[in-house]
Amino acid sequence: MNSDGDGKRYLFDNPRNVRLVVRGLSAICVLLVGIELVVHRHLAHEWESLFGFYALYGFVACVLLVLLAAEMRKLVMRDEDYYERAPENAGTGAPRAVEPDATGDEDV
Amino acid sequence: MFEYWPALPLFAGAALAGLLRGKERALIMLAAPLLGAYGLYQAAPGTTVTIELFDYTLTPVRVDDLSLLFGYLFHLAAFIGVLFALHIKDRLQDIAALAYAGSAVGAVFAGDLMTLFVYWELLAVTSAALVFARRSERALASGMRYLIMQVGSGVLLLAGALVYASATGSLEFDRIGLDAPGGWLIFLAFGIKSAFPFLHGWLIDAYPESTPTGTVFLSAFTTKVAIYALARGFPGTELLVYIGALMTCFPIFYAVIENDLRRVLAYSLINQLGFMVVGIGIGTDLALNGAVAHAFNDVIFKGLLMMSMGAVLHVTGEIRGSELGGLYKKMPKTAILCMVGAASISAFPLFSGFVSKSMVVSAAVSEGYSFIWLALLFASAGVFHHAGIKIPFFAFFAHDSRFVATAHEPPSNMLIAMTIAAALCIGIGTFPGFLYSLLPYETGYSPYDFTHVLAQLQLLAFSALAFTWLKLAGIYPPELKSLNLDVEWLYRRLIPDAVHIALGKLAPIDRELRRRGGTVIDRALRGLERHHGAYSGLGGTWPTGSMVLWVAALLGISLVFYYF
Repeated sequence: MNSDGDGKRYLFDNPRNVRLVVRGLSAICVLLVGIELVVHRHLAHEWESLFGFYALYGFVACVLLVLLAAEMRKLVMRDEDYYERAPENAGTGAPRAVEPDATGDEDV
Repeated sequence: MFEYWPALPLFAGAALAGLLRGKERALIMLAAPLLGAYGLYQAAPGTTVTIELFDYTLTPVRVDDLSLLFGYLFHLAAFIGVLFALHIKDRLQDIAALAYAGSAVGAVFAGDLMTLFVYWELLAVTSAALVFARRSERALASGMRYLIMQVGSGVLLLAGALVYASATGSLEFDRIGLDAPGGWLIFLAFGIKSAFPFLHGWLIDAYPESTPTGTVFLSAFTTKVAIYALARGFPGTELLVYIGALMTCFPIFYAVIENDLRRVLAYSLINQLGFMVVGIGIGTDLALNGAVAHAFNDVIFKGLLMMSMGAVLHVTGEIRGSELGGLYKKMPKTAILCMVGAASISAFPLFSGFVSKSMVVSAAVSEGYSFIWLALLFASAGVFHHAGIKIPFFAFFAHDSRFVATAHEPPSNMLIAMTIAAALCIGIGTFPGFLYSLLPYETGYSPYDFTHVLAQLQLLAFSALAFTWLKLAGIYPPELKSLNLDVEWLYRRLIPDAVHIALGKLAPIDRELRRRGGTVIDRALRGLERHHGAYSGLGGTWPTGSMVLWVAALLGISLVFYYF
């Protein structure tokens, strides 16, 4: 019995469809960079002339964003009831660990 | 003086909503924004209404291209918001929502700083009512903090306006600039409402605490009035370029780790405001057009995203990413509408964000702001990451949550409101000519050139690739039941705690002082008692006999003297 309760199989219950999405995205990425080889672009800024500038920038920016944000958690993350608690014990509360099935990792 | 008042239909609607009930109220609520928009359509640019008050000329109504654009926008937002909230039977929210929209309309048509101030404070009060309408303890506390910040902004505006008026002799609201007397005060007042960094705490604090429908209104008006005011009063102020760039970048870090999905949207609202602020700071025709066009689009796509999350909250009673997931199975329409909003905010070609954001980015490049341009690109990739992917992913996909079994599509009025917003997102994105014709300047800009489209698609596709890779590799930070400290920590934790600790430290000193004071008073009382009390020498009552005795003694003494 799956968790949606009606026994129906939905689009992404099938791991094949998830793989299809990932492969489709990869193919689009390759295609978008590939186009640069064959067409002439008119550039507004010299940095744009670097091959695959936007692709590289987008990828690196996002990875950096996520890694930095994850580090930031150590500094700023608190328990949900942090502000409701008395000041004496508010400083110490490390967030509760989540159950392994709540991370959402296994579905991708 | 009342020959024309653009905000009248909305305020009248709010008043009638307070009197009517049921179907009549719903009808009035829907009719008010339509009527107001029709009124704007009739109004000719250049119309002004002035009144003389003491030595000053007030301009309660001034109609021009810029105010008309925002006027139409606010009526549209009010209509969509009312439709979205139509199933709610809550008089407080109905009145507050229409009065809030009316205040926003009044503010953008205000031709002088005093009128602006009045609407500025009305915005504060009516919007706070939408936060209070959640009727929870947290919403009440959050709403109070929100109200204090908003009213504080109004006080700064009033102070600035008074300084400005006494120095220049005019209250007219036009280009002010930082060098004008009182300019900084007014700038700061606008800055609070446009959520400048370190002044943004109220937004991420209060917006996610409002009702599912209230947040839709909140995200539309206050900040956009502030953007309008900045565009009117401080165009081309270079400082805004740097403030705006900071606004585009810092919220996306928070958005990645935030668990409350409406708070994620609040952070991305600041990120989008950043683009507008940069545009106003650059101040060229293209940049200003981009700023106001982006404000127009943002109201619609951010409204759509807020509506989709409001629908999720309405159906499941839950909005934390860690608890949601898999809802596409039961709410496919909501999921698709949400993804239209996500594509628009991420500025996918053919969606509305693309045709406005690109104006600001192009202006940054052409004016030589290379590093600002890089920051805007970073923010564009980041917004796709957190608003474009994270929101739909954790709400509708990811793992199956416990709500999947019972979830269902929201009421049809919610779906229709979202569909209208989604249609506008695609319509404006595909045919930007209509929006461009409403803009205040003629620039001949076209977003759809091949290089630009390709660049944007590459940026977005590789952002998506990065998300996919990080998620598959297990690096992506999971959604955790948590909150993140932000600037609000200052006044929700540091200052209250400091006061608490200081009081704790002062208590023994206070006790000692009281004890000593008590001793002094005690002694004084005892002294008084001794000298003036009932049995004391001075104050005591004496028996009549003793007086007779003393009289006899005196007489005796005088008799003795008499003999000599």
